[in-house]
Amino acid sequence: MNLTLKIWRQKDAETKGKMVVYKVTDISEHMSFLEMMDVLNEQLVNSNEEPVAFDHDCREGICGMCSMQINGEPHGPDRGVTTCQLHMRMFKDGDTITIEPFRAKAFPVIKDLVVDRSSFERIQQAGGFISVNTSGNTQDANAIPIPKYAADEAMDSATCIGCGACVAACKNASAMLFVGAKVSQYALLPQGRVEATERVLNMVEQMDKEGFGNCTNTGACEIECPKGISLENIARLNREYLSASLKG
Amino acid sequence: MSILDSKIPKGPLADKWTNYKNKINLVNPANKRNIDIIVVGTGLAGGSAAATLAELGYNVKAYCYQDSPRRAHSIAAQGGINAAKNYQGDGDSTYRLFYDTVKGGDYRSREANVYRLAEVSANIIDQCVAQGVPFARDYGGLLDNRSFGGVLVSRTFYAKGQTGQQLLLGAYSAMNRQIARGKIKMYNRHEMLDVVKINGKARGIIARNLVTGEIERHSAHAVVIASGGYGNVYFLSTNAMGSNATAAWKIHKKGAFFANPCYTQIHPTCIPRSGDYQSKLTLMSESLRNDGRIWVPKKMEDVLAIREGTLKPTQILEEDRDYYLERRYPAFGNLVPRDVASRAAKERCDAGFGVNATGEAVYLDFTSAIQRYGTEQAKLHHIENPSETKITELGEAVVEEKYGNLFQMYEKIVDENPYKTPMMIYPATHYTMGGVWVDYNLMTTVDGLYCIGEANFSDHGANRLGASALMQGLADGYFVLPYTIGDYLANDIRTGKIPTNTPEFDAAEKEVTDKINFFVNNKGEHSVDYYHKKLGKIMWDKVGMARNAKGLTEAMAEIKALREDFWKNVKVPGSSNEMNPELEKAGRVADFLELGELFAKDALMREESCGGHFREESVELDGEQKGEAKRNDVDYAFVAAWEYKGDPGAAVLHKEDLEFKDIELKQRSYK
Repeated sequence: MNLTLKIWRQKDAETKGKMVVYKVTDISEHMSFLEMMDVLNEQLVNSNEEPVAFDHDCREGICGMCSMQINGEPHGPDRGVTTCQLHMRMFKDGDTITIEPFRAKAFPVIKDLVVDRSSFERIQQAGGFISVNTSGNTQDANAIPIPKYAADEAMDSATCIGCGACVAACKNASAMLFVGAKVSQYALLPQGRVEATERVLNMVEQMDKEGFGNCTNTGACEIECPKGISLENIARLNREYLSASLKG
Repeated sequence: MSILDSKIPKGPLADKWTNYKNKINLVNPANKRNIDIIVVGTGLAGGSAAATLAELGYNVKAYCYQDSPRRAHSIAAQGGINAAKNYQGDGDSTYRLFYDTVKGGDYRSREANVYRLAEVSANIIDQCVAQGVPFARDYGGLLDNRSFGGVLVSRTFYAKGQTGQQLLLGAYSAMNRQIARGKIKMYNRHEMLDVVKINGKARGIIARNLVTGEIERHSAHAVVIASGGYGNVYFLSTNAMGSNATAAWKIHKKGAFFANPCYTQIHPTCIPRSGDYQSKLTLMSESLRNDGRIWVPKKMEDVLAIREGTLKPTQILEEDRDYYLERRYPAFGNLVPRDVASRAAKERCDAGFGVNATGEAVYLDFTSAIQRYGTEQAKLHHIENPSETKITELGEAVVEEKYGNLFQMYEKIVDENPYKTPMMIYPATHYTMGGVWVDYNLMTTVDGLYCIGEANFSDHGANRLGASALMQGLADGYFVLPYTIGDYLANDIRTGKIPTNTPEFDAAEKEVTDKINFFVNNKGEHSVDYYHKKLGKIMWDKVGMARNAKGLTEAMAEIKALREDFWKNVKVPGSSNEMNPELEKAGRVADFLELGELFAKDALMREESCGGHFREESVELDGEQKGEAKRNDVDYAFVAAWEYKGDPGAAVLHKEDLEFKDIELKQRSYK
């Protein structure tokens, strides 16, 4: 198939960006979206133009590095996939595809489609851990039985890949789903309960500092999340925060 | 007498590590505050090492090329992590894990290292649970296990099909805690481009800030390389796009010997290639072989009908299917080690029985498992005389519970429902057992320069067993290096800060800058990918799953010629003082073009078949094992450690003889 691509080009954080139109031809429906981008970039290199910079790494939907707002949706039109797993069979010959970076105040553009998500790092550093030293002398792993449903639910929250699609999907650029997932994982496990109060207060404080917006329960984040992280995580975050605020 | 000193402690195998730890030098906590350590790479090995060293009190500087340590490719490991916990009571023990690993590695690993690995494996699980890693549990609330290839016990712990992700996020959380305390200084989007040696000791690195393009000098009292494997030398592999050998190769060129480059694991269960545009291959976890049965049609007319699309695999009768692993290896069946499974798939496809358009695919079928689980569930739910549909429905639910995310991934990529029609799979490059040579302390042949995780060569011999990579990465980082590095750093407590304004840093920085300037100024003809793909093709065709002297000799010459052409005609757009992904790739491919040649040289030298290295000249000619790989213990029971001499083709071989005191060398039989 032949496609028209409208891509956001921006030299660096300081320079103003603009949409630029490119054409690609002979795209196979079996290609992934990023393989289509590779074809474009090879074409640009061969014609002595600068290729489009975009973040990507594992290309199997788990590292969370790839981003891109495709036709207005983070990770494009398919559900439950990252951009690297999006396949060209989702598009038709002759389509025009708009490709932009994730848009959020807390995710400034670095270059073209690459954004700076270090705000997520700082939220994790504020409390996304259990304070246990690697002595190797912790108690036996089976010493505390954990009900299967709790372990499974914690796992569901822990599958968040930290890509930022939830923020990009939200009209308020809220990071509640991301923070809720991490808070939930630990809140659901006995090991995590010990520091639950401090953790939620610190992570939410950092989230607010980074300039993420508020949650107004529109649910766009859940729909666009490539890993199906559920809104329950936001509800749990609110409960944890409320009870922590009362205690703290 | 070899110049290699593996520094294996004396004494009985089972006591070596404990006795050794009791005797090594320690650094007083107050002095640790004055010592800096650089850790390059933040996967399971680097991340766990950085966190633990920081916890101990050292000042750690950690580097990754991605935008966060959490992106390292350990995240993509699916199946699980081994540990000798014997929770299942099926006869597992430290010794058995040690034995399985040495045997699985085809008797080409170092006994003492492997025993230590098995010994600390149980601690890893305890540690990770304490960190909040949500491993799978049974209905009693205890940890669940699954089996993996090449072993007869159930010792693999898992978190759905995302074990690597959960373990890495555990190590990442431990890092975050130390970053918040100021004990780790994290350098995201930074790439190490050279190591700096002062008076023979590793004292720093030159790194490029990938956002600004700035070249930076960083000093430390010791440098730890944890940059992963070199599988991307094949261009197509299951590695991440950015996975590269640059850090490992640069230290090799500065004096660290590179060991057994030819030991590369071609993983049997990956999604087959679909076209020339393909940028990477996707792994389907080995855990699928617990329940999936591998087959190709027995009859050639069925193969042809399938390729033409006139016959569906589900229409082929049971008796017309060749479950070739079960046929050839009745004892282990579909759970033979990876190298054996991969070669068996290649054998069938080479014989013409491949089931897709390219002729390079076999089936992985879950029908039997769905039936078996469905029947069991019907009984558990007291359903009398369940219908076929009900059984399938119940069985599919169990399979989904176990492998749901893998099935979903397959469906997204291939556009076929693997619950209803068998998956198609084919081997792909996955892991490199070879790597930088290290002694028992995980130190390279350069003082103060360490190498851990997949980047080193030590524990897996010529073939790695499933679920052992995560184990080794975390063992090195959490439990081995933090002890052994102290023994070295105990001599550095009076050294003081290492200055970066020295001639050694000047020279290393100049070398790096000159190369970058060459790339951006060389207005050549071909893109970096053009060369990378060509290199990958040479490697796959001539240094792939089956190798011979003629092909390897040709490969060496072809790679050398390709490298010379690269240095004349490569084209890198953009400039050096900005984010420039093409420039990053150029540096990495330049190193692969050298490593590839050493790889072929090593494969040519090793005139035996062992593990992932299969020489067509060395096969069993008769008897029960006819056609199987033939190892040669008399001439090749050694580690091949290569010393760089200005050109990869001119590398000099040093042998570390492998002694097997606790294990009898045997032909590996999975029959």
